[in-house]
Amino acid sequence: MPNQGRTELVVGVFVLVGIICLGYLAIRLGKLEVLGNSGYVVYADFASVAGLKVGDPVEIAGVKVGKVEAIGLNDDRARLAIRIEPQVKLQDDAIASVRARGLIGDKFVTVTPGASDKLLAAGDKIRETESPPDIADVIGKYVGGDLTSKSEKK
Amino acid sequence: MLSLLTHTGRFTLRQLSEMGRMFLFLLSAIFLAFRPPAKIRLIIHHIKTIGVDSLSVVLLSGFFTGMVMGFQGYYSLRKFNAESWLGSAAALGLLRELGPVLSAFMVTGRTGSAMAAELGTMRATEQIDALYSMAINPIKYLVSPRIIASLIAMPLLTAIFDVVGIYGAYLVGVGLLGVSSGSYFSGMESSVVFNDVYSGFMKSLSFGLIITWVCCYKGFHAPPMATGVSQATTESVVLSFVLILVWDYFLTSVML
Repeated sequence: MPNQGRTELVVGVFVLVGIICLGYLAIRLGKLEVLGNSGYVVYADFASVAGLKVGDPVEIAGVKVGKVEAIGLNDDRARLAIRIEPQVKLQDDAIASVRARGLIGDKFVTVTPGASDKLLAAGDKIRETESPPDIADVIGKYVGGDLTSKSEKK
Repeated sequence: MLSLLTHTGRFTLRQLSEMGRMFLFLLSAIFLAFRPPAKIRLIIHHIKTIGVDSLSVVLLSGFFTGMVMGFQGYYSLRKFNAESWLGSAAALGLLRELGPVLSAFMVTGRTGSAMAAELGTMRATEQIDALYSMAINPIKYLVSPRIIASLIAMPLLTAIFDVVGIYGAYLVGVGLLGVSSGSYFSGMESSVVFNDVYSGFMKSLSFGLIITWVCCYKGFHAPPMATGVSQATTESVVLSFVLILVWDYFLTSVML
């Protein structure tokens, strides 16, 4: 049957195109990691990570270098597991802080590089952390006036 | 009064036994699909009729759906000054709902009706009875390959629909309405999570099963005459549409 070969070819092309589209959706948009996770994980403890979600970006100087892999609790403090890309090295006095894009934008983690010679290895902890300012508190201070801090300044 | 009750009872019993027959039909088709020999040639042939032949209509409808999403999303989002979220609105809408449902509709109209008419004609011209008399199980020979083929072809068609739709919305949003290209894609990538793609995938799988199940059942059990074939075709398309929408509701409420 000469037609059978043609059918098989057409079906093969169709399946290939479909799988490419499916792969594009799953990997590019769905962030499915097929080849396993690359990079290494470091930990950081915060007083609060309110609003941060798993998968949010980790940035150095505004450039994405990793993502938040897990959020857990460690002795009343929030413990983040952060996956950093393998080519990025972090010093052990780097500072991790949780920031928001704009006033009510998405939260992300930004890492300020340190000056130490010692680099963080996989599984190490970033000691210096900075929690996000609570927007409600900040607005409350402006609107209501924070009596305690004013009296302290004087 | 008594005859009304009898009528109601008879109607209910008939509907129940119809549902039971449909379910047993599906079970035997799935069971027979796992019995060797696997009809690879037939499956490939049906992937062609379900997938490849529906490709043009899926491409066209996906592209235009995406362009409509671009306009409509822009119109709604502009009211909140949030045009930059057009990419995420279009991608989420297409991935989760429009892609699976509309491509399932296209396949129902394009292939499901043909399936019902083909099997109905085979029933009317006694070809199904001929298969029985040759000791070939017609469900294994006619229905099981179609079910496997639709399970393979539907997710792929939906993925193609999604991608084409996303670029259709891109064309309108970025090309025509002036949303920035970067915010279109970065908004899309930041808001779409794997679960969105996964739920669309599961939907398209189940819709593929629903389409072949309903259309093959209706065709297979069509009354053996010309009006029977036309009736089977109509019923299969209507029932497929309704089942797709109802099942979509339940899947969405579970997987959201």
